[in-house]
Amino acid sequence: MTMSPNSATPAALELNSATKSFGAVTALADGTIEIRFGEIHALVGENGAGKSTLVKILAGVHQPDSGHFTVNGEHVSFRSPADSKDAGISVIYQEPTLFPDLTVAENIFIGRQPRGRLGLIDRASMHSQARELFARLGVPIDPDRVAEGLSIADQQIIEIAKAISLDARILVMDEPTAALSGVEVERLFAVARSLRDRGTGILFISHRFDEVFDLCDRITVMRDGAFIATHDTPDITVDGLVREMVGRDIATLFPKQDAAIGEAVLSVSNLTRAGVFTDISFDVRAGEIVALAGLVGAGRTEVARAVFGIDRYDTGTVLLSGKPIRAHSPQSAIDAGMGFVPEDRRKQGLVMDLSVARNVTLTLRRTLARFGLINAKDERRVAEEWSARLQVKTGSQDLSVATLSGGNQQKVVIAKWLATAPRLLIVDEPTRGIDVGTKAEVHRLISELAVQGIAVLMISSELPEVLGMADTILVMHEGRISARLSRDEATAEAVLHAASASPESAA
Amino acid sequence: MSNAAATTAVARPVKARGTASRLFFGRNANTVYALLLIVVIASVFVPYFAGVATVSFLLIDAVPILLMAMPMALIIITGEIDLSVASTAGLSAAVMGVLFHDAHWNVWWVFVACIIVGLLCGAFNGILITAIGLPSLAVTIGTLALFRGLALVVIGDNAVADFPVDLTTFATSTIGGTGIPTFMIFVAIVVLAFAVLLHFTPFGRALFALGFSKEAARFVGIRVNRSKFWLYVASGGISAFAGIFWVLRYSSAQSDSVTGLELSVVAAVLLGGVSIFGGSGGIVGVVAGVLIIRTVNYSLQLAGLPDTVLTIVTGSLLVLSVIAPSVSARLKLSGEKRRNRALRAETFAT
Repeated sequence: MTMSPNSATPAALELNSATKSFGAVTALADGTIEIRFGEIHALVGENGAGKSTLVKILAGVHQPDSGHFTVNGEHVSFRSPADSKDAGISVIYQEPTLFPDLTVAENIFIGRQPRGRLGLIDRASMHSQARELFARLGVPIDPDRVAEGLSIADQQIIEIAKAISLDARILVMDEPTAALSGVEVERLFAVARSLRDRGTGILFISHRFDEVFDLCDRITVMRDGAFIATHDTPDITVDGLVREMVGRDIATLFPKQDAAIGEAVLSVSNLTRAGVFTDISFDVRAGEIVALAGLVGAGRTEVARAVFGIDRYDTGTVLLSGKPIRAHSPQSAIDAGMGFVPEDRRKQGLVMDLSVARNVTLTLRRTLARFGLINAKDERRVAEEWSARLQVKTGSQDLSVATLSGGNQQKVVIAKWLATAPRLLIVDEPTRGIDVGTKAEVHRLISELAVQGIAVLMISSELPEVLGMADTILVMHEGRISARLSRDEATAEAVLHAASASPESAA
Repeated sequence: MSNAAATTAVARPVKARGTASRLFFGRNANTVYALLLIVVIASVFVPYFAGVATVSFLLIDAVPILLMAMPMALIIITGEIDLSVASTAGLSAAVMGVLFHDAHWNVWWVFVACIIVGLLCGAFNGILITAIGLPSLAVTIGTLALFRGLALVVIGDNAVADFPVDLTTFATSTIGGTGIPTFMIFVAIVVLAFAVLLHFTPFGRALFALGFSKEAARFVGIRVNRSKFWLYVASGGISAFAGIFWVLRYSSAQSDSVTGLELSVVAAVLLGGVSIFGGSGGIVGVVAGVLIIRTVNYSLQLAGLPDTVLTIVTGSLLVLSVIAPSVSARLKLSGEKRRNRALRAETFAT
């Protein structure tokens, strides 16, 4: 058995210099991690740092192009997720996919149900085994209830129970706390600690530093698809971690310029959609960047979609420069001067197979038409002009946007809205999946737009982005605005507390 | 030698593909080349193929397919399908027979009524697909049977054959000595209208966006359902027009007029380079696709092969046209990415 030179604890899993490319894109340049039995090991890095690719390699979903991979000291190469499971690795995803119509016990034993006489499923045994598992985890879940309607936290516990019943010695948790409340997080941590104390090796992926420092024994940092360092938790600070993650000083990441703030451009009052968001009121003024912060699922994107007319709302009003906007009509929102850079660039922001030029001019297709016909020359001129202004790096306007890098695709999305000369631009997760360098460029762009007097409503899950960019921060929690913070009073702690269920109680 | 070639390729100034280049090397162009190749092969190997009679026989049966292929191309580009086109044509043929023969309507009013029947058929499809949100494949398979059934109800087992002779001869007449059916003038107008609609109007742009991503289309203010609804209405109207032509060309209106033509239409559209997944295609390609189907069928007929073989060939072409693009698309995307990298390297090299 391979022993780690600097420790008595044996390595449960070692991945060394793994690489993985998808076509031209290198998702993982140097995937390196060592997980020991009986430790909780954090994996941190910005979006796009290669964490998910690494996890998928561990899970057997992707096969690395090169690199060295051992489990329990033995060299392995997984061909499928089943191989990974057989080797004792279980992955708990952020949102587990249970079969909603089956009971909890049936979900745990799916595909390997205990058999009784005549080869039929032995329900009694399945039930008692499931009960035993939950007793071990110290979590009261009824094995006979159907999975439908269980909270995400409970579903994760069920996945963990399943992993234990499979004798998993290595547990990978991919951002398990993203959708959990404070109490649920504590329960999950208690389960994780007890598993560790029984010798399980746990890889814990999270964006939340407090959790990482609270729970984990060691921390591995990744950046731009490559391994940066592994630290024992006591040896590193939050600031040091952030510096390693971004590879530069955080202040230089967000070159926010001061903009003159004018009249209210967007006024939303008492916007409500039953079960989704309630009584949302706010203004965005010319030159102002307003950020909607909060956890995933707090209703931020839903509010923005309703404002823009993609989705319906039940009550409330949306005014743009004082004039009401017709509900559920993106075209009237666009006509009034709104633009929307959506969260899912590939599905919502762009028509991937169309050319760069066509994508840029898609929002302008009506204004470009003279006597009902689109002039190809005008179209090309507009597309070239805006691509040049935003420095979209493409070989030709005729190539499909699918051939561009993520950052350049995002510039095309922004370009197509800027071409409509909007008064309000809604940007939803503007830098998701974009490399760090282009990220700063997108931030500079948004900041410049504000300087030019455009009102910006930004939705972001990245705290540094929210704190660095916004003049005003609205924090949402479970469909309501739970805090309004000005740039001066906004701190990471204040935003996080307002976003989670326990306002100030944890402080 | 290969070295020299490589050097010139690199030295060539960076230039994007222009309109002319797309015209000659694009997917549309490939279909046109395929058509020319097939025509040449047929002329060489099939006796009696090369001649004016061929032009006229080949084209006259292309008329209804070409007509229906126009709205079909647009519908498939949006990612939907309309399998009820031949039944719609059949229903309007039946209505035409009954109104003319039994109700003694003026023939021009009969035409108007037929077109209205077609528009209503299309609107019915459109409402089920857009307002209720049912999948177009299921809806139009249903109406394929429904409209055909209605045709049988309307005209029964009768065949109406006493249409005005000047109209029936007009339907089969040709322009001078060219062998081109006079009716092709109407077809040309329809084709041109759809080509302009698809390639030069905001509506056409919206259809491509719609076919690739409904979600992205909504974000730029495209009225997804409304666009689709009107396409089905157009499809119904054009199909009725094709039905009228069919009746005049064969001087007969029956409940089974135009049966099964939807397969040829779909095959022609897909063969013409329209993606079954939606989002890409062009009118030039579709016209070539229709002519390919007709040329192949006609050559086989001339060669004396039975109808069963023709059906097998049409089916095979349909399958081939679905398989070929997904294979070539993969090659194309990787090629484009390589090209974009190369162009970028040249453009942004410092």
